[in-house]
Amino acid sequence: MAQPFTLKNIISIADFSKQDILTILKTAREIQQGKISLRLLEGVLMATCFFEASTRTRLSFEAAIKRMGGDVIGFADAAVTSTKKGETLADSIKIIGQYVDGIIIRHPLDGSARLASCATDKPVINAGDGSNQHPTQTLLDLYTIKESQKKLDELTIVFAGDLKYGRTVHSLAQALTHFNVRLYFVAPPSLQLPPHIADDVKGRQIKFSFHDSLDGVLQKADVVYMTRMQAERFSDTNEYMRVKNMYELKAEDLKGVKKNLAILHPLPRVAEVHTSVDTTPHAWYFRQANNGVVVRQALLAHVFGKL
Amino acid sequence: MPKTTLSVSAIKEGTVIDHIPAGCASRIISLLHLTSQQKQVTVGFNLPSKSMKRKDLLKVEGREITEQEGNRIAVLAPKATIVIIKNYTIVKKYIAKTPKEIQNVFVCPHPQCITNHEQAETRFAVSTHGIHLSLRCVYCERTYQDSDIREYC
Repeated sequence: MAQPFTLKNIISIADFSKQDILTILKTAREIQQGKISLRLLEGVLMATCFFEASTRTRLSFEAAIKRMGGDVIGFADAAVTSTKKGETLADSIKIIGQYVDGIIIRHPLDGSARLASCATDKPVINAGDGSNQHPTQTLLDLYTIKESQKKLDELTIVFAGDLKYGRTVHSLAQALTHFNVRLYFVAPPSLQLPPHIADDVKGRQIKFSFHDSLDGVLQKADVVYMTRMQAERFSDTNEYMRVKNMYELKAEDLKGVKKNLAILHPLPRVAEVHTSVDTTPHAWYFRQANNGVVVRQALLAHVFGKL
Repeated sequence: MPKTTLSVSAIKEGTVIDHIPAGCASRIISLLHLTSQQKQVTVGFNLPSKSMKRKDLLKVEGREITEQEGNRIAVLAPKATIVIIKNYTIVKKYIAKTPKEIQNVFVCPHPQCITNHEQAETRFAVSTHGIHLSLRCVYCERTYQDSDIREYC
């Protein structure tokens, strides 16, 4: 019998056991196959509190809630809230928590979601806190990896791009430590994986190595996880200009890659995955974005104890 | 017989913190805010030690360090011995224990951590790796060595 899902707040992928992850992926699969009733959130009112810009994450959460019969209120811009008047995040969340049954938060500061979860007794779901964590993106990334490879073990996975500020990279690298994988981290030295994430990976006995070029690495990969150079997180504009086009994957670069290679990207992309890749069988990033709805449906159903 | 007299004077009432790693005494003074409490503090830097070769030592006149404070000290000085003195006599002596979590003692060194922007108690999970300690901020999830800590709450 499967272990019950016990997490009330979804703050960090580090809080998930392997079983928690597998439970969410299994439920998402069953929702996608139409085996689970979708009206599980009837009567549930959620707040989406996006203090930082988002397209896919916010809309896929709202789609997930509404498709399950729930309702949603919220904001997509901190400028329209009392934050502009100087209200603290803790106070904002304490008040919003009195209006709704659960809160989905995105915020530019690291650790904001954990702080929010301490300010209310309602479930809080982290939709991205600064450069720290993005656990729901990680779950849909894992779901897409499993969908494309039919397994999560014995895979070679390449991360490329901005690995320093890319919170999706941090969460996914930590989650993959539950599985038997070989990781390659490809980035300019100034944007390599932060030491605290590398230490987590090392501590779990996962084999990994650092590289500054995709040459020689691409051909080994089952999965390539491309990421955008995030201009908004660079304090030095010159540094951003120097690295922004460092990795540009084109269809012609995919000669000699494994037949099963899946290219993932948390989107939005800028130049790092050329549109010529879109029509190859290796392009999984649009499918990945689509999977965001069922994975978030599965997560919400478990957080609210509906399964 | 070699001379074993301490290089710093005895105190009547208060606390002696012994076996502090050499060079760490000033950080413990900051941690306990000892300079702001108008208590007499005697500091010994780089004193000879059988077990540590060199150690620091603090004598705080008129203040009894609590066990909770002693355990905070353990994060910076894992082998520290806390000695409570009353009327020149030792009434209690214990070795500081490293806590599993330490609250509102250190400022998180990460400038983008929410605790540096809101009035929030800082929280660090403490783990030991041999003789080394690591401190993981419960909020931003970054991990630090005790030597990375520069500011105290």
